[in-house]
Amino acid sequence: MTELLEPRAIGRDTVRRDGEAKVRGTATYAIETPVQHPAYVHPVQATVPLGRITGIDTSAAEAIEGVVAVLTHENAERLASTDDREFAVLQSDEVAFRGQVVAVVVAETSELARQGADAVEVTYAEQPHDSALRVDHPDLYKPEKINPSFETDTAEGDVAAAMATAHVTVEETYSTAMYHNNPLEMHATTALWDPSAEVPLTLWDSTQGVHPDRAAVCEVFGLEQEQVRVICPFVGGGFGSKGTPHAHVFLATMAARAVPGRPVKLGLTRQQMFSLVGYRTPTIQRMQLAADRTGRLQAIAIDVVEQTSRIKEFAEQTGVPTRMMYASPNRRTTHRLAALDVPVPSWMRAPGECPGMFGPEVAMDELAERLGIDPVELRIRNEPERDPETGKPWSSRNLVQCLREGAERFGWADRPPAGHREGAWLVGTGVASSVYPTMRQATSTARIRYEDGRYVAEIGAADLGTGAWTVLPQIAADALDVDEGDVEVRIGDTRYPIASVAGGSSGTNTWGSALTVAAREFRTKFGRSPADGDEVSGDVDQASKDDAHAAYAFGAQFVEVRVNVDTGELRVPRLYGVFGAGRIINPRTARSQLLGGMTMGLSMALHENSVWDTRLGQVANHDLAEYHVTVNADVGDMQAHWLDEHDPYVNVMGSKGIGEIGITGTAAAVVNAVHRATGIRIRDLPVTLDKVLTALP
Amino acid sequence: MKPFAFARPADAAEAVATVATEPRAVFLAGGTNLVDHLKLGVARPDLVVDVRRLTSREITDTADGGLRIGAAVTNSELAADRRVRERYPVLAQALLAGATGQLRNLATTGGNPLQRTRCVYFQDVSTPCNKREPGSGCSAVGGYTRYHAILGTSAALPDPTAPETCIATHPSDMAVALAVLDAQVQVLGPAGARTIPFAELHRLPGDDPSRDTVLEHGELITAIDLPPLPAGARSAYRKVRDRASYAFALVSVAAVVADGEVRLALGGVAHKPWRASRAEEALRGGPVADDAVRHAMDVELTTAQPQPGVDGGNGFKIPLVTRTVVATVRDLTQETQA
Repeated sequence: MTELLEPRAIGRDTVRRDGEAKVRGTATYAIETPVQHPAYVHPVQATVPLGRITGIDTSAAEAIEGVVAVLTHENAERLASTDDREFAVLQSDEVAFRGQVVAVVVAETSELARQGADAVEVTYAEQPHDSALRVDHPDLYKPEKINPSFETDTAEGDVAAAMATAHVTVEETYSTAMYHNNPLEMHATTALWDPSAEVPLTLWDSTQGVHPDRAAVCEVFGLEQEQVRVICPFVGGGFGSKGTPHAHVFLATMAARAVPGRPVKLGLTRQQMFSLVGYRTPTIQRMQLAADRTGRLQAIAIDVVEQTSRIKEFAEQTGVPTRMMYASPNRRTTHRLAALDVPVPSWMRAPGECPGMFGPEVAMDELAERLGIDPVELRIRNEPERDPETGKPWSSRNLVQCLREGAERFGWADRPPAGHREGAWLVGTGVASSVYPTMRQATSTARIRYEDGRYVAEIGAADLGTGAWTVLPQIAADALDVDEGDVEVRIGDTRYPIASVAGGSSGTNTWGSALTVAAREFRTKFGRSPADGDEVSGDVDQASKDDAHAAYAFGAQFVEVRVNVDTGELRVPRLYGVFGAGRIINPRTARSQLLGGMTMGLSMALHENSVWDTRLGQVANHDLAEYHVTVNADVGDMQAHWLDEHDPYVNVMGSKGIGEIGITGTAAAVVNAVHRATGIRIRDLPVTLDKVLTALP
Repeated sequence: MKPFAFARPADAAEAVATVATEPRAVFLAGGTNLVDHLKLGVARPDLVVDVRRLTSREITDTADGGLRIGAAVTNSELAADRRVRERYPVLAQALLAGATGQLRNLATTGGNPLQRTRCVYFQDVSTPCNKREPGSGCSAVGGYTRYHAILGTSAALPDPTAPETCIATHPSDMAVALAVLDAQVQVLGPAGARTIPFAELHRLPGDDPSRDTVLEHGELITAIDLPPLPAGARSAYRKVRDRASYAFALVSVAAVVADGEVRLALGGVAHKPWRASRAEEALRGGPVADDAVRHAMDVELTTAQPQPGVDGGNGFKIPLVTRTVVATVRDLTQETQA
């Protein structure tokens, strides 16, 4: 039990501190970094999905006036570490996936770099590739662990026996598509290698964590941390794709080292992002539910099949939410992977929970239908008293309250009957639960200094557009017991103390905890009247930590879907979410986060789909004209609400993470609403109009 | 991306002469499609000739009661014109169904019908494409075909290696409306001016998928003429797409309903805006109840060839386009009766 900070700045609807600079266009992003006389880098990508480079002719590129250098596996520097094969750029003649970078051209302008890249002639010995995921892939294997370090499989009791004897069962297979993160700001790195400087390598990189970025670069190039500085004040979205560096960061560094003293800029194109910066694996989810006649679950099981790349494993933890969401005596989760000749999958907003709240939450709706029980009520009846996975009590679990408040706000009790028609539209309503674990990273340090009458806090944190610039000062102000205006927090630079990645919705929890430790130390050491220059650091590992409770944020999402009776076009006039996510630090940035997550969930439901061309081994629709994300016209009234939740166990702010929970469950709620409108149960995302056509009058 | 020369001639005649003498020259108008293609390497001209200020930006009444639209009139201006909105709602609706406000502010009357297919393989220079690189084959056949043609496709199907194979669709919404309105295209070429019926401007892939239109190299669209519609005619454009805005059509329908006559043009189904003349013939003079329209569309679609593909193919377009036509005609008929 932790005594929570007295909220004064916390909870206030303060404006974004970085808002004005962004609106005025003065906030510089990585590619815009003002540097002297930069050169530009453009990658050449493999056009075969598997094979070897048999020849690479750079002479035409080098002959172009303005081309400074062409790097290939034949002339690029040998890296200190090639253990991570995604990072080991230009080290061999092997091509492991289509779109892999086989050369980079460095030139005086970005146009010349592109021209040079076009002029590089590469010949390949192509080998037969395998890039098609299927549930019966012969090479499915069981990974050692799933992201980041969960058990791959879990089992309790006897699911098969429960399925055989239960009053009602659901046994269905669901699938989610391949998704690409597609932040608005395309991945970019500006790099300077100046061997004569005290810090020879400077990277201005669009990243979710300057320190993790630096650690990877040091490892790959054999540099000491003191030799590298990473700077990133602003990020135009990442959604996990900037959570770890990808090939371009190492390519930019390599290019910079090839032209010492001259800065280089590498900005990926949107099309290149579809093979070089990670994506969410497609998932196939076989669900089993068994229930007694009152709707109490007797068994819940999910068997997941998904893919990874042959050169680097990423095992999405899709089955993890099934382990803790509902009470059931018999339970099973498994994960099997196919390692394919495909680009490397990675984190994308709520890895695990996002796809993993699709199959189970549609299956719950199917169960409710078979039992004739309201789907809100069915979920309430299966509320576990303790975490079914660990047996621990919940730090706070307000799923039932979220469902009830959401139902009230939405008018669930008075919802129209199945198949209801208004004019040319069939109307359906649906619900699903949301969940996301409350995580705190083990490493982060904040430094607080009293400077010119203000408190300056420094920590190498990242603001992806999420609000860190704004909420960290709120936390520091309350921790120091001063006005928010007396606090400045500086982030986004490895010159500041180490900070964890902005991922797993853990940033505010982790960095905020470090700030509160530093503030406490500061007051202990210097009292309330510090001298100019007084300075102290605090580590997150000194913050009170509770291991006795299972900590999660919960939520419920309610959707109204309209399906056109003539064309099957789908519209979502209403999408409401209610969340129990601890204390909300800033309602303005929190609402954006929750609505953004819900929008991305809606996008997953209706639109997003990286169409994998199994013949070519690449995403066919690799730009934003063809890879559709939801637009304003698709949706009407979207609302995010939250409970006034008091959780004394998570941290002294009382806050849980809110960056990812919004995307979980949304797609299931949409599918459930489409079923109520049309009678069609769509188990494979996205829900497109062709899938409902046959059900229309 | 490759370097090119850039020219700004003084008038349209000089622009035509300039392009005609340089085999790898192109006209630049709004640039909303060409500039993308320059970046992607789809277009690799030696010379880009800017015609943005060289044709009329006026919409004028013609003696027969129609309109003449200068080639430089932007899509935004055209969609907002009161005469267009009142007399040719199908055209205003089609324009507003296309692209975004920003793009419509740049896109022109002459340029919009000449935009090229959004076939993902056409736009990806790392894949074979008969339209982009004649004789290289077709990557779309058996690939991602959701946005591809079901009508008028080449006889070589399904052979992806044949030089004739192409299942691309024409992406313009505006062009579907112009096809149903029997528009006329005013063209200036090296050999002088000529008029092309809009329905004949675009080609089917035939034996040369690389050619989208019948325009010869150096020919420039200077204006598009709209003849008047019959008195009492109603018209509408209905576009069905995967999201509510900013997406190309899965199918679209431009319809004109007048006394004893139904005119239909379809988008998203063929290499060109598809005038559904068989369906029109089947409906001529008869009732336009749902069943009759459905039957007429069955006649129209007898030659339809749905394409299989990695994402389930595009067979859904056959029922979808029929349902969309039925609904559109029904709405127009009910409007007329009301």
